[in-house]
Amino acid sequence: MPLEIEQTQSAEETFAVPEPDVPWVTIVHNDPVNLMSYVTYVFQAYFGYSKDKAHKLMLDVHHKGRAVVSSGSREEMERDVQAMHGYGLWATLSQERQ
Amino acid sequence: MAGQFEALPGGGAAVALDEVEISILRSLAVQLLELIGPGDEPAEGADPLAALFAEGPSEPPSDPALARLFPDAYARPGAERGAKKTEEEELRALSAEFRRFTENELRARKRDDVLAVVRSLDALTVTGEGGAVLKLTAEDSLHWLGALNDLRLTIGTRLQVTDDDETGDLYRLPDSDPRKPMVMAYLWLGALQETLVETLTA
Repeated sequence: MPLEIEQTQSAEETFAVPEPDVPWVTIVHNDPVNLMSYVTYVFQAYFGYSKDKAHKLMLDVHHKGRAVVSSGSREEMERDVQAMHGYGLWATLSQERQ
Repeated sequence: MAGQFEALPGGGAAVALDEVEISILRSLAVQLLELIGPGDEPAEGADPLAALFAEGPSEPPSDPALARLFPDAYARPGAERGAKKTEEEELRALSAEFRRFTENELRARKRDDVLAVVRSLDALTVTGEGGAVLKLTAEDSLHWLGALNDLRLTIGTRLQVTDDDETGDLYRLPDSDPRKPMVMAYLWLGALQETLVETLTA
């Protein structure tokens, strides 16, 4: 009997429908104060992005009003948002729509 | 080189400042320190570890400049198109929780940056010509970069700077306008920060 119960439990775990794995994103918003060169520098220094990628993201923020700068788990995005706030960039996190 | 940071060989940066500039920078830095507020030092006899676990505030600061330095973390993409009321409440609750666990740390970081600025200004010896050359280590350059940015965010919020101002009136105010000195300081800090960024990315 105990063996059977154990099997039932593990079977339930295996076949449980997983939560849809929707990634979270960090979004940096445009603001009229931050220097373009500084925003590019932050993307390079914190995310380790190349100068080209950092520059392109900065231009997206500037022209489109916002840009997704990173994606991953909610915990990772909370870390990124906190870091962006540390640098003085206006950032938020949200769950990406599929 | 006046008013412009230059990279130092081997890391760090230097800028020549005159007495007035040193005193303006120090005064602005001290005002920013007062705005950010003191650290939550444990009371005498209290468990010093308790401060580590102290929770921060859950509401955004009411001062607009502080609200810009410590913004809400959770937002719906395109929320300006109008989120549902339940969703807004959910986002507010998530932002409040995030704030409780991060704002104290964020305030400490910003305070450290400004304190580094005050300390390096106080270490300057003004020469007979009425100025001094400020030399920053690579580490102090990063503190200065953060503090200069936070100063500009604060002043920019007070001046209600917008994206259109570069072609607008804010930068062409008559000398009689009470905002003029603050606009001059804002532009000067921008030039300082711009050249400091250059020393780090060149």
